[in-house]
Amino acid sequence: MEEETKQARTGWLLSAPALAILLLAASGPLLVVLVYSFLVKGQYGGVIWTFSTEAWFEVLFTRDIFSDEVTLADAHLAIFWRSVKLSLMTTAIAFAVGFPTAWFIATRPPNRRALWLFLITIPFWTNLLIRTFAINEVIRNEGILNTLMIRAGLIERPIQILYTDTAVLIGMAYVYLPLMVLPLFAAIDRFDMRLLEAAYDLYASRWQVLRRIILPLVKPGIVAGSILVFVPSLGAYVTPRVLGGGKNMMIGNFIELQFGQGRNWPLGAALSMLLLAIVMVALLIYVRAAGRGTGHG
Amino acid sequence: MSDPDAVEARHVVKAFGQGEVAVRALDDVSVGIRRGEFFTLLGPSGCGKTTLLRLIAGFEAPSSGAILLDGRDITALPPNRRPINTVFQSYALFPHLTVAENVGFGLRMQGKPRTEIETVTARMLALVRLEALAKRKVAQLSGGQQQRVALARALAPQPRVLLLGEPLSALDLKLRKEMQIELKRLQHETGITFVFVTHDQEEALTMSDRIGVMSAGRILQIGPPREIYTRPANRFVASFIGETNFLPARHAGGRVTLDAGGELTVEGGPEGRVTVAVRPEQVRLVAPDEPGALPATIRDLVYFGTDTHCHLALADGTEVVARLQSSASGDPGLEPGQPAGLRFAPGAVQLLGD
Repeated sequence: MEEETKQARTGWLLSAPALAILLLAASGPLLVVLVYSFLVKGQYGGVIWTFSTEAWFEVLFTRDIFSDEVTLADAHLAIFWRSVKLSLMTTAIAFAVGFPTAWFIATRPPNRRALWLFLITIPFWTNLLIRTFAINEVIRNEGILNTLMIRAGLIERPIQILYTDTAVLIGMAYVYLPLMVLPLFAAIDRFDMRLLEAAYDLYASRWQVLRRIILPLVKPGIVAGSILVFVPSLGAYVTPRVLGGGKNMMIGNFIELQFGQGRNWPLGAALSMLLLAIVMVALLIYVRAAGRGTGHG
Repeated sequence: MSDPDAVEARHVVKAFGQGEVAVRALDDVSVGIRRGEFFTLLGPSGCGKTTLLRLIAGFEAPSSGAILLDGRDITALPPNRRPINTVFQSYALFPHLTVAENVGFGLRMQGKPRTEIETVTARMLALVRLEALAKRKVAQLSGGQQQRVALARALAPQPRVLLLGEPLSALDLKLRKEMQIELKRLQHETGITFVFVTHDQEEALTMSDRIGVMSAGRILQIGPPREIYTRPANRFVASFIGETNFLPARHAGGRVTLDAGGELTVEGGPEGRVTVAVRPEQVRLVAPDEPGALPATIRDLVYFGTDTHCHLALADGTEVVARLQSSASGDPGLEPGQPAGLRFAPGAVQLLGD
């Protein structure tokens, strides 16, 4: 018994640094944000230390300035919906591009794979802002894409891609692609290619092999990649700001607005907490799905 | 004769690589496998037996030549359109499916109705005695059980031909013996043509109706086990299957003169420079002074339980092994250094052209 208590104490002692970091760096700031969301906004930003649920009310409702009439905050909901929609589409695009890419890399000879993986991750070592402006340069009206298409005679006038949802989607899919490719590669690398022959041998068509054998077996990689792309997409700030312009806001930009020009810190804090909640729900759904797929759940 | 072979390979060539570095894994292979027979492709690793199996399954296309199924050319058909199933060396069971789902996979892909899939799956599981494990995931099974699932999965769609690519090589000796008997029983009960690949000559001899012995991309001899063993077509077959004594000699008109001294009488066989092949169990030890016996000296005795291997040297030092059945006491009554006479059992001597 005494030995066990001693071991337990040593265990706690050893995990103390990790726990300290978790408390100070993760839980602490979250707590601050949570507390701020229940305070009253200061006139020039900041907060007044009075308890209030006004910020949470403002997330969903608007009070008319003159008549005090309460209506649903359509604009807020639209931004949330747009963010979720764009993030889901980003995840889908990243998967559609990332899966063949990861498959290609995983089926190269082992000595070549490292090179391909390195090439995939190169953009990742480059500053996000620079990469986003690079995309901007490609798709703007006088940019490379439009110039080439006009020269080739495909179009007469430049297509407006910049400052649309399409631009945001292209940018986010590009930025987060490595996060999809790497876990997919890991899963496909573990996949026993001999199962393909077994399935073909048992009368499966190419489509059936993909649906019945490959996808179920690389599902952990699909789930991991999707989480890694969806979560940062949902909170994306730089990409929608640079490529989506001022009017195509996502949650990240909207939150920034509250802490900046909006001077409504409690609302920004409440929105942040809501974003966190959505991410948690998404994670929960993913984890459940992953558990079903591999039979460990 | 009008009945076509179940599977036929016609002048099949399979080359890997191109130009100077091209390797012929199969070099003009022709073989007909009869309906309902247990045919074994036997040969050392790298002889092309697995390549031939993969060509029949459709995983590889021949560089030239044709594969026929029941007389019909199927060379251009992909594996999923050939009524041929394979039991893989690695089993290649689907880890995300249960035992029953694995067994029913082929029928499901063929779009068979659910009731039929369930009935056939149950029958197949009964055939391989795995009814109790139907709901398990395959990872929870032992090697022998996985092997039986692989068999049931390949048999369930009732293929015209079942291909078995060294499926027993991963099992331990005892389990392997059990599975050999199980395979024979399954083949008997289903009546399906089995094409079995192995490098184990004993496995080939005990299980097959006919054996095709392969080496370096060619089929050297096709025949029933007895014929392959007693009448090997050449030196490779004779040495790969069982043990053989090879004695250089000269043959003219039925009389064979051994280089080591001594004469033998044979019927037929090539003339001129030949190699005399005789199995160790066909070598008899007699008194050294017996007329017609080859003089030899005992070098060594190795006890194997059921028999004793007696290593002897002929007059010029050529080594000959005689396999003697052990006596009740296990003592052969012989000593190294002792002189002895050798005789070969009638009809046991075979001449191989050089």
